[in-house]
Amino acid sequence: MKQIFEALEKDARLTPEKISSMTGIAVADVKKAIKKAEQDRAILRYKAIIDWTKLGEEEVLALVEVKVVPQRNVGFDAIAERIYRFKEARSVYLASGTYDLAVIVACKTMQEIAVFVSEKLAPLEAVQGTVTHFILKKYKEDGEIFEGGEEVKRLPIAP
Amino acid sequence: MSRSEPVNTRLSKKCLSEKVTALPPSGIRKFFDLLSSMEGVISLGVGEPDFITPWYIREAAIYSLEKGYTMYTSNKGTPELRAEIAKYLQSHFNLVYNPDDEILITVGVSEGLDLAARAILNPGDEVIMPDPCYVAYPAAISLAGGTPVRVPTTVDNDFEITANDIESRITPKTKAILIGYPCNPTGAILPKEELERIAEVAKRHHLLVISDEVYCRLVYGIEHTCLAALPGMRERTILLNGFSKAYAMTGWRIGYAACGKEIIGAMTKIHQYTMLCAPIMGQMAALEALKANDREVDIMVRDYDRRRRVIVKGFRDIGLSCFEPKGAFYAFPSIKVTGMSSEEFAEKLLMEEKVAVVPGTAFGDCGEGYIRCCYATSMPEIEEALKRMARFVDKHRKK
Repeated sequence: MKQIFEALEKDARLTPEKISSMTGIAVADVKKAIKKAEQDRAILRYKAIIDWTKLGEEEVLALVEVKVVPQRNVGFDAIAERIYRFKEARSVYLASGTYDLAVIVACKTMQEIAVFVSEKLAPLEAVQGTVTHFILKKYKEDGEIFEGGEEVKRLPIAP
Repeated sequence: MSRSEPVNTRLSKKCLSEKVTALPPSGIRKFFDLLSSMEGVISLGVGEPDFITPWYIREAAIYSLEKGYTMYTSNKGTPELRAEIAKYLQSHFNLVYNPDDEILITVGVSEGLDLAARAILNPGDEVIMPDPCYVAYPAAISLAGGTPVRVPTTVDNDFEITANDIESRITPKTKAILIGYPCNPTGAILPKEELERIAEVAKRHHLLVISDEVYCRLVYGIEHTCLAALPGMRERTILLNGFSKAYAMTGWRIGYAACGKEIIGAMTKIHQYTMLCAPIMGQMAALEALKANDREVDIMVRDYDRRRRVIVKGFRDIGLSCFEPKGAFYAFPSIKVTGMSSEEFAEKLLMEEKVAVVPGTAFGDCGEGYIRCCYATSMPEIEEALKRMARFVDKHRKK
């Protein structure tokens, strides 16, 4: 079964038929396993990794460190939810170390990020402080290298 | 010599060693020359991974260069690498070798094979090996003054060599058996039971066995059995292995031989006069490969497995019968439905559809009617190659 998802993770567009021939698992069983994973939200979504700058689109990312006061009974979860419901928050993680929540914020401009942090994020009651790091360049995302990926330099015929 | 004097620039045939002259050129080489002038070719003709050496290995090698590890090593190889190999063989196969005098680091398995042959053979000694087999086997034996004795293997027996077939070819001159499973070119493996029978034959007739196990990590749905680990086989097996295939390290040229100290000592003697030592960079990289966990190797193996299934099913779907290869990264489909010879098929396929494969005959007479296709190639390329081959087979199917 792991084989099915390993193949899908590499290429989400694989059809059940193709996965079946790659793994030797019957098509019906592949379909069943995928359906179950979707229902269980083990597969959350199928999407493309896009280099927006190549398409001429502006996108500004920032990593925002957020220090918060945990609340009785719900710990960090309630405040994390308040934050991740904003569409600007692309990813939200609870982290160990000198701050609590690591929030990746994505906006069109630096100004929008500044507004979001100062008017939405920082004023939240449980938030004690924020440190905003603008992302200057993306090298690798979700295992994909943006520029200068490696090319295999093999001879076409070898023993 | 003054310029006006006529100079015969052609050397006479006599200037070459008879042994070398008698050696047939590698059948693979011929295709390489054809190919290098063409564009848009999909090659299933390679014999190496399409992965680049994992970064943690390359990074360790770069670091060793920065630290100035650029010198000779001990003839036998660095003590650290030999120790790590001993540890690996013990933990994987419960095989105990003394890293001081029972393990030798070689320049790939190719050198290991050459050393093994030269260390044990006297003129006229016979070495039994399967047909088809890797191109270097008969050549290495001949160059060492021995006589290769080929045992035909067929698809009916999944290209496995059998103890019975070996035994029937033993003569008073037989010195050794040379096998390499998982097999290049067929992708065949040898089940443990057959290996045990071969081990019995070797013991009964006091033969040595050279066992090339370079593809041992690339097996699918089975567990590899190391010949030397079978009872009574450690002393009579020259175990050859290397880093090229499992760790995608072909260009680093690092292999090793493990055996009792008499034979390793003899091999080391030749190695010290001819090679001195394996390159230190490669040894440093190999050490890192062994020390890290095998997760990255496992990922590569599972990836090969998916492509293996696709290519085998693909061949069967287009009407080329293909037995299931359980090791290495080769499929060995039959092309008999076209009525062409292997070489004709490979040449026409390259010219008409720009897909490069290696004719089975490059690996021995029993390879006639087959082609070797390497599936260590990206999935889209495999699919495109299958499409082109389907078109080709349809066109040329025997009426």
